[in-house]
Formats: sequence, C-alpha cells, structure tokens
Amino acid sequence: MLRDITLGQYYRTESIIHKLDPRVKIVGTFVFLVAIFMVNNAIGYAIAGLFLAMNIKLSNVPVRFIFRGMRSIFLLLMISVLFNLFLTPGDPMFTVWKIKVTKEGLKLAAKMAVRLVFLITGSSLMTLTTTPNNLTDGLESILKPLKLVHVPVHEISMMMSIALRFIPILLEETDKIMKAQMARCADFESGSIINRAKNMVPLLVPLFISAFRRAMDLAMAMEARCYRGGEGRTKMKPLVYHKEDKVAYVVLVLFLIICVAVGRMKF
Amino acid sequence: MSIILDHVNYIYDEDTAMAHAALTDVNIKIDAGEFIGLIGHTGSGKSTLIQHMNGLVKPTSGTVYFDGKDISDPEFDRKALRAKVGLVFQYPEHQLFETDCFKDVCFGPKNLGLSQKEVELRAYEALKQVGFDDDYFYQSPFDLSGGQKRRVAIAGVLAMKPEILILDEPTAGLDPKGREDILGLIKKLHDEVGITIILVSHSMDDVADYVGRIIVMNKGKVVFDDVPKEVFRHRQELESIGLAAPQVTYVMQELKASGFDVDIDVTTLDEAKNEILRVFSK
Repeated sequence: MLRDITLGQYYRTESIIHKLDPRVKIVGTFVFLVAIFMVNNAIGYAIAGLFLAMNIKLSNVPVRFIFRGMRSIFLLLMISVLFNLFLTPGDPMFTVWKIKVTKEGLKLAAKMAVRLVFLITGSSLMTLTTTPNNLTDGLESILKPLKLVHVPVHEISMMMSIALRFIPILLEETDKIMKAQMARCADFESGSIINRAKNMVPLLVPLFISAFRRAMDLAMAMEARCYRGGEGRTKMKPLVYHKEDKVAYVVLVLFLIICVAVGRMKF
Repeated sequence: MSIILDHVNYIYDEDTAMAHAALTDVNIKIDAGEFIGLIGHTGSGKSTLIQHMNGLVKPTSGTVYFDGKDISDPEFDRKALRAKVGLVFQYPEHQLFETDCFKDVCFGPKNLGLSQKEVELRAYEALKQVGFDDDYFYQSPFDLSGGQKRRVAIAGVLAMKPEILILDEPTAGLDPKGREDILGLIKKLHDEVGITIILVSHSMDDVADYVGRIIVMNKGKVVFDDVPKEVFRHRQELESIGLAAPQVTYVMQELKASGFDVDIDVTTLDEAKNEILRVFSK
C-alpha cells in the first residue's frame, strides 16, 4: 500500500529524459503546466496528452509505475470532478433527485479531470527522472536571480532536496513500524473513523521520534563537514547545457507555440 | 503446532525495474519446542522469511501452513496467528510508543480483546519473564538503555503468550554483556516456558551455544538446514557466502592441523575446553 506512493520518488533507469539537464526538465514541467491551463479545447488536450505520452515513452519509466502513484490521489480527483459536475449552473441535461447535471458542468468536470491527471503525471515524471540532488541544483540555478532581492535560494533548495530525499526513507520507516505494531495485533484497517485515528497513535509516535532523530543526525553530520549555507560554495559537477538540452528547449518552445495557437482557436 | 513453508517464493516490487527475488523456493518445517538459528548475510532474505511466518507478507507463490491451515486463505484468522507467532523486530524504537513501559507491554494483549485485569496480569508476567526491573515499570521507554528497551520490546510480544517467538537480530547494537543477557534470557524462555524460538542473526557465535538447528540463508535460498555440528563442517562454503563458523571451530581445526588429536566437531566454548583438557592431560 505505502509502496504505491510515487510522489517525489526517483526511478533509476537509462533514458534521454534522465540525462537531460535538470533545468530543462524544471522549465519543461513549468511550460507543460502553463500549456494545459491555456488550452481550452479537445485538440489542445490531445496535443498536450500526446506530448506527455511521448515524454513518458522516452523516459523508459513503465506506465504502470507512473499510474500506480495516481491511485493515492484518486479520491481528490473524484471530489473535484463531482463538485464540478453537480454544482455548475447552466443548461440542465438530466436531473437525479434534486441534483441537476448540466452540460457546462459535465464539460468542466471532464476538463478538470484531464488537467489534474496531466498535472500530476507531468510533475511526477520530472521527479521520477531526476535525482533529488540534480533537482536541487537545477532549482538553485534557475532561482539564482532572486538572490538579488535577498531570497535565501540555496537554503530553500537545500531544504527541498532534503525533504524529497526523506520521503522514501520515512515511507520505509512507516512500513517497518506498521509491521512491528501489526505483529502485536494492531489494527490499522477497520473500525470507525475516530477509532482508526486513535489506532494511528502507535504508528505516529515512533515515526515522529525517528524523524526527529534523523533530522538531528543529519544536522550533526552536515555541521561536522563544515556546512555553513550557500555562501562561497562551489559545485563538484556544475550544470552545463549540452546539445540535447538545447534541442529539448526548442521542442518546448514549439510545443508552447502550438498549444497557444490551438488553444485560441474556436470551433 | 507447526509451521510449514512449501515452495515459497517472494519477489519485491514485482512489476517494476527494481523487481528482485527475495526468496526462492524455500521449504522449511518448524516443529513445536525447537530452538532454531536463522543465519544469513545482510540481504539474504532472512527478514523477509520470518515475516511470512506470521502473515505480514504474503508469498508471491507457494504456501505457508500454520497447524495445517493455509494462512493466505481469506477465512484464516490472521490476528490469532500473530498472537501465536510472536515476532520481535530488530529495532525496539519501531514499536515503543506509550508513555510508560508497562502500558506499552499492555498494547499487544489489549489488542487481543482481553479484560483489563487479564491484560495487566499478562504484562506484569511478561516484564518479569524478561527480567525487567520493577523500578523502571512506570518510566518512559524512551529513556531506557538499548538492552532495557529490547527487553520491553520482547515483553511486548511475550505478553500475547505466543507459541513461537521469532527474534530478528535481538543482540544488534548491544555490548557483550547486554548480548549475553539477552541470549541467556531467550534460552530461559525456551527451556523453562517451553516456547519455540527462532533466532535470527548474522553471527554464528551468537547462536552456536544455544540452538539445536541452524538454517543458513544466502541470496534468498536455504543453503544449509541441519544441526550446528553438521553445518559448521562446511567452513569453506560458509566463508564464501560471507559467514563464518564459530571461533572455537577455527581453534580446534588449527589444533588438529598442528598435529593434536582433538575432536573438531565441538561447537561451544565449554565443549572445546573439555576437549582440549582431555587431549593435553593424556
């Protein structure tokens, strides 16, 4: 169950997408997100979908693996779809009891569902193909201009990379603690909501204690190696753009232009 | 009471690129009253194996039987199984959560739906069985030393009155004194209370003195399953999979090689002492 969460996980394999500069992937994800909110018709979504499918294919990450992560957000997806479906005023198509389903509502719900699925798939593709270290380096490099207005860019990206790195560790830890408590006949699956929340205590207490212990150990280890923030810090592997990265940028610009053009068309 | 693992296979992350076999064709039968050492290098699949025995992990293929019943059967009462097959994990930190030790030990029996009185009685009994000091009963388990924490963790499982007790590396991270205390305690549980014990370890020296049967795992497979004496004869094979025979075995084999007529089958320190004295007093 816990292994289904693919959020922020890295999937180790060889592919063109894996090799791209992290900056390209961050910008690309951003462009993709902008694009799916700009297009407003079926052809636009088809193009965005095709672009996403192409990237997934190129990344060598199994489709099943990507959609396994989708299961955990299924509830969220359903809620937003249902709200849009039932609460949009307009031309009624049919009525179930007191709830009106309108044409506009149906359209909006479908649009919302597609956008959400694309959004999550697109951004998880970025984390799946980029190691946390690379992601941080890329983010730091992109946000560098903000240093001029005294935004602690290095610290923010360091915190982000630690957070990402800790997701799988804490998931694994949760799994172990759950098993240890289940070995003492703990029940995490049945009962009323209140009871279930209460039953979480034996899981959460050891988890928090372990998270704090790990955080302190990490702080100590960083201090022992004289970490003192980003000032004057150099990189062992500085980010350099290669030919593929430039090609990827061109592809992205083309994609954005097409999306904007198609998105403005009226049918 | 018996556990049978019949052609058990287990594959991690089955449909991803990370898929790897943790267990391959494991066949084991465990009878009541045995004292078994389960030995293997890190990553040999021993932790995965023991989680099959109380139903925490379901085999990818193959069957696990408890008292002749298939534990993957939807009808099978897995909660009852976990009370009968007690599993103590390696790190006590993974299970201690209550404000005091006594309450923590109560957690297991309370989950079995026993009356408050029975729960407290069992908790008290279990803490006494592991030789836990009365003074610490109402202290936070987080303030204890490593050895004491481990005792509370073992008591937490013992309080459910299991028929089999499986301990995953119960001596990891303890000093020699703490190690001996815990191992002595486990032996006492086997001899006096009559619980079947499976002791998981990567050290032969830990288990050689205590167990009646050794199961050696390597890369998800059972390599040896025999009495200690027989297993230790395969010194070379053991070394090739990153394990070693107990130190006394090496001493005896060296003595034999140097021309002394000692019996190289001895496995414990006491036996070795007697054997050496016997040979030298001739």
